[in-house]
Amino acid sequence: MFTETEISKHKRWTENVMRIFFLVMTSLMILPLLLIIGYLIYKALPVLSLEFLFTNPKDNMRAGGLWAPFLGTIYLVVVSLLVSAPIGVFAAVYLNEYARESWFTRITNLAVVNLAGVPSIVHALFGVGAFVLFAGLGESILAASLTLAIMTLPVIIASTTEALKAVPMSFREACWNLGATRWQTIRRIVIPNSISGILTGVILQVSRAAGETAPIMFTGAVFYKAIAEGDLLAYNITEQCMALSLHLFTISTQVPDVTEGIPYGTAVVLVGSVLLVNATSIVLRVYLRTRKKW
Amino acid sequence: MNSNNQNGSQNSAVIEVTDLKVRYGDKSALNGVSFDVYQNEILGIIGPVQSGKTTLLKVINRTLEFTPNTTVEGSVKLNGEDISTISDVYGLRRRIGMVQPLPVGLPLSIYDNVAFAPRTAGIRSKSELDEIVERCLQQAALWEEVKDRLKALGTKLSGGQQQRLTIARALSHQPDILCLDEFSIAVDPVTTMRIEEVLKTLRTKMTILLVTNLVQQAKRLANRTAFFLNGDLIEIDTTDVIFSENPSEQATYDYVNGAFG
Ligand SMILES: Nc1ncnc2c1ncn2[C@@H]1O[C@H](COP(=O)(O)OP(=O)(O)OP(=O)(O)O)[C@@H](O)[C@H]1O
Ligand SMILES: [Mg+2]
Repeated sequence: MFTETEISKHKRWTENVMRIFFLVMTSLMILPLLLIIGYLIYKALPVLSLEFLFTNPKDNMRAGGLWAPFLGTIYLVVVSLLVSAPIGVFAAVYLNEYARESWFTRITNLAVVNLAGVPSIVHALFGVGAFVLFAGLGESILAASLTLAIMTLPVIIASTTEALKAVPMSFREACWNLGATRWQTIRRIVIPNSISGILTGVILQVSRAAGETAPIMFTGAVFYKAIAEGDLLAYNITEQCMALSLHLFTISTQVPDVTEGIPYGTAVVLVGSVLLVNATSIVLRVYLRTRKKW
Repeated sequence: MNSNNQNGSQNSAVIEVTDLKVRYGDKSALNGVSFDVYQNEILGIIGPVQSGKTTLLKVINRTLEFTPNTTVEGSVKLNGEDISTISDVYGLRRRIGMVQPLPVGLPLSIYDNVAFAPRTAGIRSKSELDEIVERCLQQAALWEEVKDRLKALGTKLSGGQQQRLTIARALSHQPDILCLDEFSIAVDPVTTMRIEEVLKTLRTKMTILLVTNLVQQAKRLANRTAFFLNGDLIEIDTTDVIFSENPSEQATYDYVNGAFG
């Protein structure tokens, strides 16, 4: 018979303690998230309805819904990603697949890493200077979106680079040996096998662009602007818009006597949209992973 | 058949390497090697690790250009033409079939793996591609095993099958020269023997450079064998001489007989 030694008993004890420790830590991470969402929904229940989403704020924002800020956020996110996603992805492809090690690539990589860590208020100041004033766009959806694009660009470059690096070098070498150009290699092998990672990285930037207040506050978002309800084309990108994040800030701090449910409802819509988008990216990732080819 | 025999090398030399020097940064990988490769021979290339064998193959199909900070001096001529002056480098690479040490199935179907090079070269016709795929898989002794599942992923084949897929792919652009770099390193002995049989039949159609870590493989297949050591070509001669009791260099004898390496 095998008798347990002191050492193995001790090992087993340590093993159990450590496992429980890690489990507790994981719960500590999940718990606040669940509490926040649960609390928000509970507080927002009185106002939550489809109508809440599709009507403009009324009575100095003490009543009504979210249509103008909701559509404004969609405009800001979509326009900013239309700019930052292609530039970021193509820049990453260039840096990773074409560029040789040189002072140019070194500086670019350094800039990417550092820009990703710059606080958003700094991007806001840059946006005011560069887009609102210098480029003459004025405070507009375009200026605010470009500011958000500058903010998300380095992260998109970084995540795309990660996705490209995950494609084994040996695939590229095999293609080159077969007489393929770099572009043929990228188009037929590298991109098809990194697209899920690239898209996930881009989609994750939706939540960042939607959640930030500082970069849009001075570049294009306004406290109040009524627009045609239910019309998806109600905004003009050369004009200002409302935005969920700024709206939430305004009604929670600047406007007295707001119906209690409205700020919570706004938060639920903001968090809900972001979670929905992130969930899409997870589904996409899982789906594409089941088709992984090596 | 001796490489020093001037008249033998004159019109039958497919590749002429003259004083080839290659450096990675400051580190020399080939220190001035010269030799010829003749039409329809199998040239065995043996030598211990880091002796410059892979570097030599990368110079010949100019894929060394993808490695930064490399310098190449001397000349390599393919059918009398200096490869460094060839402007269509992609066409040059398709004149040479390259098989790497570890089997690399591209993440494509078996069919698309073999059709890759013809497609990049601009062949679109389905019947033409079908014909190429079947012929190359036949030549690589893989056709019988995969003919019913050409749409299956090449990366899901076994290692030995993937290496034969790589060979089929290397043949797909109808090269004049086939380079194999330690193809048997990750392949079982049975597959190794099958591939060796394949090479024996291919010899009649093309010139083969066989870099091998198994000296016995060079002895079995090669007409001539070159022995590389630390970036120098120590000796090149008929395989009989290299594997005899008295090659010109003591180092060759020692390596071939397992004294080091
Ligand atoms: N990408 C590279 N960067 C720097 N040095 C390299 C590179 N590739 C090879 N070398 C160096 O060049 C020399 C020759 O290497 P090479 O790979 O050609 O040898 P090999 O004979 O193929 O060896 P092995 O049997 O291990 O495959 C070695 O000293 C190696 O360290
Ligand atoms: Mg090698």
